[in-house]
Amino acid sequence: MISRLLAFVLVAVALALFPLGAGSYPVKLLQEILIWGIFAMSLDLLMGYAGMVSFGHSAFFGIGGYVAALALAKNPGLVSALVLPPLAAGLAALVIGFFSIRVSGVYFIMLTLAFSQMFYAYTFQVSWLGAEDGIVGIPRPALPGVDLTNLRTFHGYLLTLVVAVALILWRVVRSPFGHVLRGIHENEARMEALGYAVDRYKLLAFVIAGVIAGAAGSLYAQFNGSITPDAFFWTTSGEALLMVIIGGTGTLGGALLGAAAFILLQSLVSTYTERWMLILGTTFILFVLFAPGGIVGVLRGRIGLRA
Amino acid sequence: MPADLFGQALNGLAYGVLLFLLSVGLTLIFGMLDVVNLAHGSFYMLGAYAGLSVIAGTGSFWLALLVAPLAVGLIGALVERSCLRPLYRRPPLDQVLLTFGFIYLFEDLVKWLWGGRIRSIPPPDLFAGSTTIFGATIPSYRLFVIAFGLAMAVLLWLLIERTRLGAIIRAGVFDAEMTAGLGINIHRVFTAVFAFGAALGGLSGVIAGPIQSAYPSMGVAILIPALIVVVVGGLGSLKGSLIGSLIIGQAETFGKVWLPDAAMLIIYVVMAAIMLIRPQGLFGRPLK
Repeated sequence: MISRLLAFVLVAVALALFPLGAGSYPVKLLQEILIWGIFAMSLDLLMGYAGMVSFGHSAFFGIGGYVAALALAKNPGLVSALVLPPLAAGLAALVIGFFSIRVSGVYFIMLTLAFSQMFYAYTFQVSWLGAEDGIVGIPRPALPGVDLTNLRTFHGYLLTLVVAVALILWRVVRSPFGHVLRGIHENEARMEALGYAVDRYKLLAFVIAGVIAGAAGSLYAQFNGSITPDAFFWTTSGEALLMVIIGGTGTLGGALLGAAAFILLQSLVSTYTERWMLILGTTFILFVLFAPGGIVGVLRGRIGLRA
Repeated sequence: MPADLFGQALNGLAYGVLLFLLSVGLTLIFGMLDVVNLAHGSFYMLGAYAGLSVIAGTGSFWLALLVAPLAVGLIGALVERSCLRPLYRRPPLDQVLLTFGFIYLFEDLVKWLWGGRIRSIPPPDLFAGSTTIFGATIPSYRLFVIAFGLAMAVLLWLLIERTRLGAIIRAGVFDAEMTAGLGINIHRVFTAVFAFGAALGGLSGVIAGPIQSAYPSMGVAILIPALIVVVVGGLGSLKGSLIGSLIIGQAETFGKVWLPDAAMLIIYVVMAAIMLIRPQGLFGRPLK
């Protein structure tokens, strides 16, 4: 326990110091990893802990991004950047979750997918959200005395949020609530028989995951200064899913590692060859086949790290 | 105006029939193996590109219609034998996730071999022109697609309902373990069904070529409508796949005419509505 906290602090400090010794390209890559890491962690709460594999998680990522784009244009403050987007995404998760948790397995995948695609179709077509070009020129929040357009300052801002989200999620999965989620994953019928209102737990997990995905979407919009309907497309959910599986489901840290592996693979491999999707797909297939525990599973097996 | 409507209905029918050819493979694979094959759109794309190459090499669309599905079926058999079979003892979602990885692999493979740009596929000379029926003018090729698709529906129905192989497949869909207990090599049937489903995906890719051209992301684009059809019709149901395709084909086509602003939304709304009212789909077996 103490050693894990220590490791967590060490990693956070290393990530915080990274911009001091690195050029702007590696720092931007790291920032991208952090943002996708938040998104992947939120999906891991659903997949890895509650056992709900969603192919529609992009809905909340996209909503976060679009709400941030609209709100920051009106009033570039912290409320627009970090309160409204997660809130809107959480509300959407409440509605979508209410309908989706009635079914499970493949049907849950399909229904969540359909909902996220609705948002894609809508944003792709309506002119007030910029249709297929999306919204560009999104400002970063203006804080008194803090210039978030500066690379290093933005890095600190991002890292603070990643640490906060990681701690919140870590707390959530270790709480009695988290244990109930794991129980539902193992055996839903048994939890029901024990008297747990399974549907309410699943819905709450879905909403928490949605809120955090909304925050990730907002950060993504701030990072890029733009947001397009592609944020809603089902392959965005798929990419987060890839990250979670490659990193190791049900470990949170795995989601961050998976995001790092994904982004690094994408950027490093693509500097040497155009075939990064081929390599990524093959890597993913090999992980599913031979290392279903992901990178974390492999590490635990090799160096005997304990859960 | 009625002629216009009739023309649109025919276009919708052609699209619906195409969706049927694609989704029937998806639904067969799901019924048999309990796997939602997310790489099914990739088989469709591979079919279109394989068809493109056969046409470029021989000049014959008909040869492409024969060879491309066989090639894609072979790829399907390889995927099932090498990657899916080892996973049958794992939770079924692992297999779904595995097929997701193949989307990336196949899409990039196609970019590598054929390049990333859009390639048009010419229709066969016989159907190169257009035809006027009841005042509506539509490309002759679409009429061929309608006839071909409906003929395939009848053939598939005969195959599944009237042959020994079909009986084995139906038994396997109903209860794979029991079928194995009766002395059927169920693993071989799994491979055969997966390969057959993949071949149907490839076939629909060749058929779609002259209408939609070939491009690397065509598989990702068509997967969602195909999944919607299967969910609306009922996972694992042949009849559901046909009816679902025709509904979605018309909904999409008329949506584009009457509600251009909401056209893309309509099929998702149809799907979500059906899933909420009747989660197992129109012709699916009730959920546990």
